[in-house]
Amino acid sequence: MSILGNSVVRREDPALLRGEGTFIDGMEIEGALHATFVRSTIAHARISSIEVRQALELDGVVDVVTAADIDLPDLSPESPIMNAAMGRPLLARDTVRFVGEPVAVVLTEERYHGPDAAELVIVDYEPLAPVVDPLSALAADAPLLFPAAGSNVGMEIDARSMQADFSGCDVVVRKRIRNQRVAPAPIEPRVAAAWWEGEGEQSRLVLYLACQGVHPIQAKLMEVYGLPADRVRVVCPDVGGSFGAKAGTYPEWVLLGALSRRVGRPVRWTETRTENLTAMGHGRGQVQDITIGGTRDGRVTAYRLEVVQDAGAYPAIGALLPWMTRSMVTGVYDIPNAEFSARSVVTNTTPVVAYRGAGRPEAAAAIERAMDLFATEIGMDPAEVRRRNFIPADAFPYTNAAGTTYDCGAYEKALDLALEAAGYEELRAEQERRRQAGDTRALGIGLATYVEITAFGGGGEFGSCELRPDGSVLVKTGSNPYGQGHHTVWSQLVSARLGIPMEKIEVVHGDTDLIPSSSITGGSRSVQLAGTAVWDAAGRLVDLARQRAADHLEAAIEDIVFDQSLGRFYVAGTPAVDVTWAELGAAADGTGNPLVGLANFSAPGATFPFGAHVAVVEVDTETGSVELSRLIAVDDAGTILNPLLAEGQVHGGLAQGAAQALLEEVRYDADGNPLTSNFADYGVISACELPMFERIPMETPTPVNPLGAKGIGESGTIGATPAVQNAVIDAVAHLGVDHIDPPLTPERVWRALQARSTDPPSP
Amino acid sequence: MIPAPFEYLRAGSAEEAISLLAEHGDDAKVLAGGHSLLPLMKLRLATPGVLIDIGELRELSYIRDGGDHVAIGALTCHRDLERSELLQHEVPLLSFTAHLVGDPQVRNRGTIGGSLAHADPASDLPAAVLGLGGTLVVTGREGSRHLAADKFFTGFLESALAPDELLTEIRVPKTGDAGWSYQKFNRRAQDWAIVAVAAVTGPQPRVALVNMGPTPMRAAATEAALVSGASAAEAAELAADGTEPPTDINATPDYREHLARVLTRRALAEAGVA
Ligand SMILES: Cc1cc2nc3c(=O)[nH]c(=O)nc-3n(C[C@H](O)[C@H](O)[C@H](O)COP(=O)(O)OP(=O)(O)OC[C@H]3O[C@@H](n4cnc5c(N)ncnc54)[C@H](O)[C@@H]3O)c2cc1C
Repeated sequence: MSILGNSVVRREDPALLRGEGTFIDGMEIEGALHATFVRSTIAHARISSIEVRQALELDGVVDVVTAADIDLPDLSPESPIMNAAMGRPLLARDTVRFVGEPVAVVLTEERYHGPDAAELVIVDYEPLAPVVDPLSALAADAPLLFPAAGSNVGMEIDARSMQADFSGCDVVVRKRIRNQRVAPAPIEPRVAAAWWEGEGEQSRLVLYLACQGVHPIQAKLMEVYGLPADRVRVVCPDVGGSFGAKAGTYPEWVLLGALSRRVGRPVRWTETRTENLTAMGHGRGQVQDITIGGTRDGRVTAYRLEVVQDAGAYPAIGALLPWMTRSMVTGVYDIPNAEFSARSVVTNTTPVVAYRGAGRPEAAAAIERAMDLFATEIGMDPAEVRRRNFIPADAFPYTNAAGTTYDCGAYEKALDLALEAAGYEELRAEQERRRQAGDTRALGIGLATYVEITAFGGGGEFGSCELRPDGSVLVKTGSNPYGQGHHTVWSQLVSARLGIPMEKIEVVHGDTDLIPSSSITGGSRSVQLAGTAVWDAAGRLVDLARQRAADHLEAAIEDIVFDQSLGRFYVAGTPAVDVTWAELGAAADGTGNPLVGLANFSAPGATFPFGAHVAVVEVDTETGSVELSRLIAVDDAGTILNPLLAEGQVHGGLAQGAAQALLEEVRYDADGNPLTSNFADYGVISACELPMFERIPMETPTPVNPLGAKGIGESGTIGATPAVQNAVIDAVAHLGVDHIDPPLTPERVWRALQARSTDPPSP
Repeated sequence: MIPAPFEYLRAGSAEEAISLLAEHGDDAKVLAGGHSLLPLMKLRLATPGVLIDIGELRELSYIRDGGDHVAIGALTCHRDLERSELLQHEVPLLSFTAHLVGDPQVRNRGTIGGSLAHADPASDLPAAVLGLGGTLVVTGREGSRHLAADKFFTGFLESALAPDELLTEIRVPKTGDAGWSYQKFNRRAQDWAIVAVAAVTGPQPRVALVNMGPTPMRAAATEAALVSGASAAEAAELAADGTEPPTDINATPDYREHLARVLTRRALAEAGVA
């Protein structure tokens, strides 16, 4: 039996649990200085002066650096489709655009001296009018963050390419809804260390960085520093979580090299939690205008989604996410008559980046809310409305209104499984019983049927398998884990293909000196692309080994049989005479010519994981408080290589998804001051607020890669948020509430009940 | 997340702590469990020049039967209140409330003395002690004085403690057969209360409110109504009278007032008031 598909425990964990992981903050770096950033305390202002003298005089301060001391270009916007006038200086030059923006940096011998010195850097600000809400950024008289850009719009997708006609609809429902800004909040904040090896023209920049992929960062450093690849090394050891937020490029990371060059010593930096919550990117942040129309018998015939994406102060990946929202705009439903437009606007807030799901949860939240609003309007059960509009299982490959081609799916089956596990009929009966009794513990049932896109955007991944003299295998992968468990699954793949036990397989990643190429671990792409690359590399190693075995056994290559179960080669007909991996490895060692299987894999298309989530909540109608009592999840990500790890991914995603629905929101006051800059104020969900998750397995292999695998990393967040949100609204629907924006805090629910219309919705 | 520089001193006895306090004056702060003070220091919202650590004063950690009351040493941690059989029998409201504070780590470090001295209107134990009609023993160079909880909380994070005084003991009357309830309303299990209500029945029923003003406070109108024979529901409607609830990230004042009424009604019901 293959090791694939088994719940193999994580190889990574023993070291991590014993505190033997390599996290950058814990590394000994001889002679390193500590960088502490002086950050803007004002959302929008001109800098009139920066006084560093007092800070320089403090004991233990080696240097204080401002924009004037740095000879590096601004970071250009992430993509050519963004407004080019919205580049980001590494340190604020004359204008600050959000609270938390780096203005200066102090270098100290001791880490504890950093904040003391930073307090002594006196920055004089002339306040400018701030733009805090994304809608106000569009006002005709809105202050401009970048006057040279001419407007606050950093990226626009106009409706010309996708228009919907509502003229034939019996029913049209409109709603403005918000998909609030949240903080990725990884346990490990951002951390990095930089130094230079060698002298002068030969010197090489080394950056240790907790990130999602080393080569994209290397490329950025090459661009900014004007260095060739062989003079920039990026290394990423263990990473304590990221959720998308460590994927882009931050000024702090780029600056460390320049700081190190200035002082001739290594420079290290670990941000504080408050910095993490205010200066690392945030996620989501869309205002969505939805319009849904259709027939009274439940057929949705037209759908429009207009998005205003809050990009924060400098357009980063977040400004591009409306493209992802667009690609999945109609979700699991067959609605060819659909429209999409978006504007990404800059505001005086923390830049928005990718966060678990990145643009797809926003699409799912919009269409899943819209389906419920439509169902309420026509008085039909939300499950039934969904059923009547699913893309049928025999319609794949299916191309949606945005031109996205889905590989395969079975949406109704997923819904059936989820509803059956939930006991949907009984839940509805119990809900009705409570409503009749006027129970103040109202029951709500929320559905979300979703499809998302993974391994998108083209590009491939590298993998290699090298047979070592002792018969063990060294696996190199381009994909850079930050908690997912790549080493475990890659070892399973190689073990399954070579017949070598997992203990004899070593996986390495995250070092531009060791790995020739890599993209980021993101968009749930790793297993499908990098996993397949490793799978192919192992296959290639078998081919090479077969040739060596033929030489060794003095037989023709066609006659060599590879016995995968025992990891050996023999000549057809004489299985007693064989050569093992270890023997081949040792033989190759003699020649100095090790056997290395190499592969690059890119898929012919993206894959489309899908599923159905059902949330059951109890709402205390007196206080507005919500108890999430059940969360039932069917997540189909094609072939599952390791159910334990897949389950871990889904559990974390469900928790974060439920948290967005119920608890989490990054907030600012009217002047752009952050109100959620520590974990007392920013409410990350804990196990106490969550039920035992009920997962129902479903696997529909994709034809797009040889493993049949789709991504599983983000689905939890995509389905759970609308399911939980819909459940809360469903609980109070009989009281006249048709929508509440997330997070559905007790006060928001209570206010919705206060404001409810006196007439219940017409059936 | 890194505090401003400070000097650290460890007191070997209560007397030493008091004389160190007298010596360093306003610049000094006593450090007990550190679970209110250290977060403030890390955010640089508090920058004491001297910390006098009393964490090792074992003699101030006890729960004793005092006849009509239970006497609790100021350095008794929340976890000990929670687990004390004496309190569970004689003042169940207090051990129950302690069990709702933060999470296990917080309860293992935080002390009742620290919680009361910090005088945070959002904290649970100050309102519980107020609702129980407790007495605080405060010790300075001249000896000890006894303060009713009603007199102790003077303003937002302000108490009747002089800068060179130590809170040494908390006395809570045994509640006997009286009904009681503590209703804590929060968003996450380990969070501070958005609003909470402590209620103890008896001829003089007491109802205390968390996070309904600058100090922990009694719901005076509710108590008076109960004494004059109002029903629990009627009395609860008055729970927010005279309060000044704050606005913060979790709630606005009118929502807090609403919660105070609902929670008071529930507290009275649970405590057995008809
Ligand atoms: C994550 C977290 C969650 C929490 N959740 C809650 C909650 O849900 N409910 C709640 O009520 N509290 C909560 N707390 C606060 C916790 O209960 C604190 O431990 C308590 O409020 C203070 O006690 P301490 O011993 O830690 O005091 P410290 O932090 O050491 O001191 C607090 C203040 O009191 C002074 N002080 C301390 N002891 C004395 C004394 N004997 N005499 C004079 N002055 C003294 C100090 O100088 C300081 O000003 C939480 C704390 C954390 C970190």
